[in-house]
Amino acid sequence: MAEHEEHTTHSQGFYIGIGAILLVLTVTTALVAFVNLGPFNPVVALLIATIKATLVVLFFMHVKGATEKLTGVVVVSGFFFLAILLTLSLADYLTRSWR
Amino acid sequence: MHDSQSTAGPATVMQYETENPALRHHFADAQQQKNAASLGMWLFLVTEIMFFGGMFCAYLIYRLMHFNAFAAGSQQLNIWMGGVNTAVLIVSSVTVVLAVKAAEAGKRKVLVGYLVVTVLLGMTFLVIKGFEYAEKFEKHHVPGPTFNFTDKFDDNGKQIPVNSKEAELFFSLYFAMTGMHALHMIIGCGLFTGLAILAWKGHYTPTYFTPIENGGLYWHLVDIIWIYLFPLLYLISRHS
Repeated sequence: MAEHEEHTTHSQGFYIGIGAILLVLTVTTALVAFVNLGPFNPVVALLIATIKATLVVLFFMHVKGATEKLTGVVVVSGFFFLAILLTLSLADYLTRSWR
Repeated sequence: MHDSQSTAGPATVMQYETENPALRHHFADAQQQKNAASLGMWLFLVTEIMFFGGMFCAYLIYRLMHFNAFAAGSQQLNIWMGGVNTAVLIVSSVTVVLAVKAAEAGKRKVLVGYLVVTVLLGMTFLVIKGFEYAEKFEKHHVPGPTFNFTDKFDDNGKQIPVNSKEAELFFSLYFAMTGMHALHMIIGCGLFTGLAILAWKGHYTPTYFTPIENGGLYWHLVDIIWIYLFPLLYLISRHS
C-alpha cells in the first residue's frame, strides 16, 4: 500500500507563511477593536477569529487533503452541534424581553 | 489441507510484523491504523469543543445581559499580555506542524528540537498568564470576598457607576475560561515533554509517528480556543 501513503504535509515555507498570516490577523483584530464600528465590532472580531481558526484547522491540522474523509464529517458535525447549542440558547434569551 | 492452513496463517502475520512493528494485527495496513487513530483523536477534540462551548455559551448570554459591566471589565484586562500570548501560541502552532513534518521525514534531532521549542513556548505562555493573574489579584479583580471594581472612568476622569456584581460575573467567566485553557496548556506541555523524550529515544519512524500527529492536533485545538478567547475577553468595546 506504499502508493497510498499520506503526503498531506506542505513545505516549511508554506507553514511559516500561514503562521505569518495568523500573526498579521492577530494584530489586525487588536487594532480594529480600537476603531468604533458600532455594532460591527464584535462581528469583525469573530469573523477574524473564525478565519484564523479555519486556517489552523485546514492547514495545520491537515483536514484539507486528509486521506480519511470521515474526519471532515466529524469536524463539521462538531461545529454544527456547537452552533445548535449557541443559536437555540440565544433564541431563548434574546426573545424573553417581549413579555 | 491441514498443513497448508497452518503454514498460511502465521506466514501472513510474520510478513506484517517484519514490514512494520508498530502495526497492530487488527488493522489491514499502516494507513488504516493511522486513519483510525486520527478519527478517534478528532472525536475527542469534538468533545473538547462542546466542553468549552458550554462556557462560551454562558459568556455570550451574560455578555448580552450585562454588556456595560462586561465592557468595563474587559477594558481592565492587559491587552499587551493577551496579545503577546496570542502570538506565542501561534508561533508554537507553527513549531508543532514543523515537528510533524520532521517526524514524517524521519529527522529525529530536528523533531526533538521543535518539540522542545514548543514546550518552551507553552511555558512562556503560562508564565505571562501567571503575571496577568498576579495583576488581577493586586487590582482586587479576582471574584470573591475581596472583589472590588470601581475602575470605570469617562474622558473627563469622572467615575462611571458599574454594577460590581455584574463585573464580578465577567471576571468569574474570565478566570473559568482562561483557567481551563491554562490547564489544557499545562497538560499539553506535559504531553509534549513525553513526546520529546520518546522521540529522542527513537520511538518514531517515518512509517509510525501517530502520537506526534495526534499530540499536534490537541495543541492546535488549544490554540484555536485561545484565538476565540482573546477577542471575546480582551477586546470588548475598546474604542470607547
